[in-house]
Amino acid sequence: MLKLDGVSKVYRVGAFGGRELKAVSDVSFEVGEGEVVSLIGESGSGKSTLGRMILRLASVSGGTITLDGRDITSIKDRKEYYRQVQGVFQDPFSCYNPVFRADRVFAMIKEQYFPRAGADEWRKRVEGALESVRLDPGNVLGKYPHQLSGGQLQRMLIARAVLLDIRLLVADEIISMLDASTRIDVLNLLADLRARGLGILFVTHDLSLGNYVSDRTVVLRHGKIVEMGRTDLVFGSPAHPYTRSLLASVPRLHAKWTDAEMTDAVEDVPCAYHEAPQESRTRPGLAEIDSDHYVACADKEKA
Amino acid sequence: MRYEALHFALRNRKLVAGTVVILVFLVAGLAGPLMFDHGPNDYVGPPMAAPSGEFWFGTTTFGQDVFAQFLYGLRATFLVGVLGGVLAAAVGMVVGFVAGYRGGWVDELLTMLTNIVLVLPALVVLLIVNAYLGVRSIGVQALFIGLTSWPWAARAIRAQTFSLRSRDFVDLARLSGVRTPRIILREIAPNMSSYLFLTFILLFGSAILIAASLDFIGLGPTEGVSLGLMLNNAARWSALQLGLWWWFIPPGAGITAIVGALYVMNVGLDEVFNPKLREM
Amino acid sequence: MALNVTDLRVYYRTLRGEVKALDGVTFSVADGEIMGLAGESGSGKSTLAKSLIRLDGRMRHVGGTVELDGAAMPLSDDDAMDEFRFRKVSLIPQYSMSALNPTRKIGRMVGELLDSRGERPDRAELERRLELVGLSKDVLDRYPIELSGGMKQRVVMVVSTLLNPSLLIADEVTSALDVSSQKAVATTLLGFRDRGLVTSMMVVTHDISLVYQIADSIMVMYAGRLAEKAPADVLVTAPRHPYTQQLVSALPEVGVRYEDRRLAGIPGSPPSLLKPPGGCRFRDRCPLAFDQCAEQPPFAEVAPGHLVACWKAE
Repeated sequence: MLKLDGVSKVYRVGAFGGRELKAVSDVSFEVGEGEVVSLIGESGSGKSTLGRMILRLASVSGGTITLDGRDITSIKDRKEYYRQVQGVFQDPFSCYNPVFRADRVFAMIKEQYFPRAGADEWRKRVEGALESVRLDPGNVLGKYPHQLSGGQLQRMLIARAVLLDIRLLVADEIISMLDASTRIDVLNLLADLRARGLGILFVTHDLSLGNYVSDRTVVLRHGKIVEMGRTDLVFGSPAHPYTRSLLASVPRLHAKWTDAEMTDAVEDVPCAYHEAPQESRTRPGLAEIDSDHYVACADKEKA
Repeated sequence: MRYEALHFALRNRKLVAGTVVILVFLVAGLAGPLMFDHGPNDYVGPPMAAPSGEFWFGTTTFGQDVFAQFLYGLRATFLVGVLGGVLAAAVGMVVGFVAGYRGGWVDELLTMLTNIVLVLPALVVLLIVNAYLGVRSIGVQALFIGLTSWPWAARAIRAQTFSLRSRDFVDLARLSGVRTPRIILREIAPNMSSYLFLTFILLFGSAILIAASLDFIGLGPTEGVSLGLMLNNAARWSALQLGLWWWFIPPGAGITAIVGALYVMNVGLDEVFNPKLREM
Repeated sequence: MALNVTDLRVYYRTLRGEVKALDGVTFSVADGEIMGLAGESGSGKSTLAKSLIRLDGRMRHVGGTVELDGAAMPLSDDDAMDEFRFRKVSLIPQYSMSALNPTRKIGRMVGELLDSRGERPDRAELERRLELVGLSKDVLDRYPIELSGGMKQRVVMVVSTLLNPSLLIADEVTSALDVSSQKAVATTLLGFRDRGLVTSMMVVTHDISLVYQIADSIMVMYAGRLAEKAPADVLVTAPRHPYTQQLVSALPEVGVRYEDRRLAGIPGSPPSLLKPPGGCRFRDRCPLAFDQCAEQPPFAEVAPGHLVACWKAE
């Protein structure tokens, strides 16, 4: 459904844009229908930039992003694109205009997409969408953003996306600002949406969250893909030293770091990319070491 | 939303009080002059008379009716202030919003323009233009004032827009398919509505003061009076030294009261527009 | 006992009334203990941390006492607290990145800070400490802007432990960091205690899995009160308070996938602390709630070092 092909993003910085800053370089992956893909990376990995490019909030410097084979920048009518692709962001409080009531995010959708819907009919649709994200309409409608909790606000934003017949949702760090007792419920919502056939790009820095919800995983570092593929393969048998060190650093509940330290000694492991036969290098810079498990060369970074 | 704002507006004492003061002066300026059968600069009474039943605010050194001058002056002052302030605010907003929202080369170009106008010695330019063209009407005076006093407003609005532009709710509006002008108008501007009003008040006040300075050096409208002109006349003819307090206190108090009332209104408006302040 | 807190109450003044952010907490931290302080937003964990250092203008010390190494801390007397700050209690703030004055070189700033406490800077010791956290002594001649976020974090950590405080409070120091730097910062904290630079430590966090890695014990707060305190292993594997149980089981771990095991959050939300309901504050969300919960359960010891505030825990 959504396909990124050699996508890169270059920022011009300094006087007269003299210097170039490559935030994303040559990234290719796909998100299919009914599939959750996690995009995992630390700060500065370019993961949010990728999300913004897919949402057309940032321009694409190189490569193409296509939706069902159509270059998304060629879709002149943004509204038509946004009917199919929507986003939810990290900070729920900043997503609401503090001057207005929170349910204005729904009114905006009505105004732009369903101007002719009757008030009663629209109200029913909103209530239906709220119930689908497990919110009681009576509790949240008519309130101001500062009167609601982060979890409620974030769910309302998901409900907003659901009001349109979207096919792809870009969820950019949507639970990192929520409390532990509510974040899992929002995460489960994504799983519910997936069951309804939506494709979801789940951008996160938290490996355990990505692992919990996603079918496929893309690990980014400094704007490049270091490893990607089926989540169970990437997390179960990580091939790139960066992925391994990330996994070793993640705090776990029942294993202390010291126990995991043993797997930390990865420097002597030969580069999986070079170990793989020549014909497995089906994608530029990546070798397919298992079915749907790609890894980038690690030697290059050591040098 | 509209109804609700009105509901809170009517219950906000600061806003109501400020509005009442402004309305009183406005009505006085509009309707007051109809009371007189003589012009504001006519010599109708004894010179230097203290306030009395006949001349409420007394008379000037030349026997002009200060009350009549005050009411006529209010009219001129409101006109210059509103026209100059509205024009400057309008230019400042357009430049500020566009530069702040678009960014990039548009921003650089507009910022350059803003800075050029900002460093021009506005009063000198006004002097030259005014003297050269020999313009003597309040409308043209307001036009000049408006076209030279917008830069700092543009800079302030640009900075605010710049910081609001990167907020997620702007992105969300874009994701809802809302177009740029509407985003500026409906998402960004309401977040700085009290700020915009404050800008207008300051421009209003400064337009009145610039007009008064122009009047003082003889480049104001030749016909009629303004509060600024009255103040400067009073100063010129040593009203302070001669103890003619009724000559300079009404225009001074008038300007102070108008600008002060606008400030109080601004604080009130802030409370009306900001739902968080409302609850306190 | 390094730290003894008894029935501490600290309220926030707001225009709508007093928020009972910290409403009667009693606990102690032993010498050499690293205690993790976990809780969600609004649980009172940050209020507790701040109270032990400095009450800000809106906070009011309503009742209770705090003893550090046998001496009572005068919480509401800002001047008298100077005696304790930095020397006996020290804080690593959440935003260490902005805690450094940008116009001063690091070395000069440290000197001034020590000066203001009437201490003489010991250059050699300072350099030794910097080395300990993996910084070279050159950083003393640099401006904060020349350091990365992680380096600044470490500088602040060194500075705040320079006088070997009895109690070090780390307030959400890892929340803004990447996974790999989180680990480095957490192990550095551990190193401070192991080398005896600080006697005991309170690590405030919302991330139980992280604090579990370094803490000896973990204390969980809920809605301004203590819910449970237990040795780290026990709290994670066999929590007794229903809130802790649900909280721990809501944490996804690497390896857990929602298809295999769908985790659930805790329904409902914490009560408002403006007018909190009487009795146990978790009552409305608690699956085990019964009549007696209308009465506040005591924070009682159910096993050695394991304290729980729940009627059903005994």
